[in-house]
Amino acid sequence: MSDGAKPLAGARARLSWHEWLLDEEPSSRRQTVWGEFYRKCRRFAANRLAMGGLIAVLLLVVLSLLAPVLAPYDPHAQALASRLAPPSAAHWLGTDELGRDLLSRLLYGGRITLGMVVAVVVLVAPFGLLVGCVAGYLGGLTDRILMRLTDIFLAFPRLILALAFVAALKPGIGSAVIAIALTSWPPYARLARADTLTIRDADFIAAVRLAGASAGRIILRHIVPLALSSVIVRVSLDMAGIIITAAGLGFLGMGAQPPASEWGTMIATSRDYILEQWWVPAAPGIAIFVAAFAFNLLGDGLRDVLDPKAR
Amino acid sequence: MNGRRDAGRLRVLSTSAASISITLFGLILVTFLIGRVMPIDPVVAVAGDHAPPDVVARIRSELGLDRPLAVQFLIYLRHLAVGDLGRSVMTSHAVTADILQYFPPTFELATSAIILAVLVGVPAGVLAASRPGSRFDHLVRAVSLAGQSVPVFVLGLLFLLILYVKLGWLPGSGQVGITYEGVVPPITRMLVVDAALTGHWGAFWSALSHLVQPALVLALFSLAYITRMTRAFMFEALGSEYVITARAKGVPEWLVLWRHAFGNVSVGLVTVIALAYASLLEGAVLTETVFSWPGLGLYLTTSLLNADMNAVLGATMVIGCIYIGLNLLADFAYRLLDPRVR
Repeated sequence: MSDGAKPLAGARARLSWHEWLLDEEPSSRRQTVWGEFYRKCRRFAANRLAMGGLIAVLLLVVLSLLAPVLAPYDPHAQALASRLAPPSAAHWLGTDELGRDLLSRLLYGGRITLGMVVAVVVLVAPFGLLVGCVAGYLGGLTDRILMRLTDIFLAFPRLILALAFVAALKPGIGSAVIAIALTSWPPYARLARADTLTIRDADFIAAVRLAGASAGRIILRHIVPLALSSVIVRVSLDMAGIIITAAGLGFLGMGAQPPASEWGTMIATSRDYILEQWWVPAAPGIAIFVAAFAFNLLGDGLRDVLDPKAR
Repeated sequence: MNGRRDAGRLRVLSTSAASISITLFGLILVTFLIGRVMPIDPVVAVAGDHAPPDVVARIRSELGLDRPLAVQFLIYLRHLAVGDLGRSVMTSHAVTADILQYFPPTFELATSAIILAVLVGVPAGVLAASRPGSRFDHLVRAVSLAGQSVPVFVLGLLFLLILYVKLGWLPGSGQVGITYEGVVPPITRMLVVDAALTGHWGAFWSALSHLVQPALVLALFSLAYITRMTRAFMFEALGSEYVITARAKGVPEWLVLWRHAFGNVSVGLVTVIALAYASLLEGAVLTETVFSWPGLGLYLTTSLLNADMNAVLGATMVIGCIYIGLNLLADFAYRLLDPRVR
């Protein structure tokens, strides 16, 4: 392979990246994979709303990561003399009821929110994927038990089950993440199962099975990769929901605890000032909206590109 | 032929009845287990921190907490069968009685909200689908995406700020003005209905004006979902062959839209609306907290803050049951109304 391909690769090297990627007759597996990826990126980039969402999400990530550098003040430093100050040159977004700088708190709050989102996704997506693929591939009793379990967790409204869990576990960021994760995995399992059912009886699976592959190997190496793209779409659409649920838990006093600068918690502690100093609860409210909206736009765009059914 | 179809229907019914009872059982088991893993010892909650050990042991056995977990679960089930959810520490009433008192206001709120959402969302979705790509269509898409991105409590605070604080058009929080507090005798416990039934018109208007804000906020909460689904269903229907046929026959456009296309879509919409109604229960928890609306959601959150586990679990279970019921209703409505599924 390597000897015969060399002159060809030399000839190809003169092509631009663009041409190499869009080649209708790819000469290697690598070229096919990257070409497909490149086409998807181009399709995504053509969707202006989705690109806006992507840029906003990236901006959010950068701002949160750089919070210690960018924040003008310590988010917990109180200055009671200048409490509830309106926006000014010294405090761009004003100060809260304890004189803490709102901008700094928002920036640090982004870290908490994005951290919770990442934690939930890391817990939920692989678990749901695995449950769904195992149930779909093995079928029979395993399938019935796993799906019944999924149905039970789907039977609760998400926020309410999360509330009950947090109440039992003790309020805090960690419990909130676990509670949201516990209520978020069932749709992933359903999705992955549906995908698995369509792949399970394909000829290539039968071929791998005849070659002696174990069920575990078939699921992990052959089924999971194919079920992945619908899970990714679901994750990107779910992120806005996770942000909103996390903020809701914070608002009800069941998520991050004060003095943490989580956005929902910030609204809860400052809601009494809405009559006179409305900008104090407004700032985190707008932050939640912008973050959720950005993720919704991104997810919408990703669905258009990745979802095989939407093509 | 008919007999076979009936038998088929019976089988569908029995399997779904079986699956529902398993789901219900799971719901009960999960709430029971949540109640047992909590860090707060229920004995301490009853006896206090400094109770002598023999008192603690007696209360423990009175509460049945010294038995194996499986036995405790059976006892829990037996109590549940007679509607006993335990006693609330906060209100010192039976949780069941509390729930009966707090549920009607939530029902009143959620029902007004779903009516508002359907009245606005369905026509908006139909019109957007009838002119795809138009400015109205883009507006509907943008507004519903934005609507999905605003937490309902932020929306509630925004409404309070604008309609109550800045404009003063509507009263702030609560269910009725202070002057009318306790004036209306409870019949259905839905204040607007009770006031109208008993002819307390002053209280009626006060209650109605208090209902407007939380109902609007909750309506917006499900508006995005209803509009988006209506648009998607209608868009598909308008591209189908029977619509082309109707148009070719020269049926007027409004008739094509509302009778041919919408008529076929409406069955799916019943399901969507039932699901939206169920999800309102979730929105109600936050909305009621913002507006101090004395419903099940506020009961749940205040019990949470007081670590009143019996009340929390009771409310969670009741909400879970209603949720399952509404999902079931959606499923049955679909089967009954859509001839293709029959």
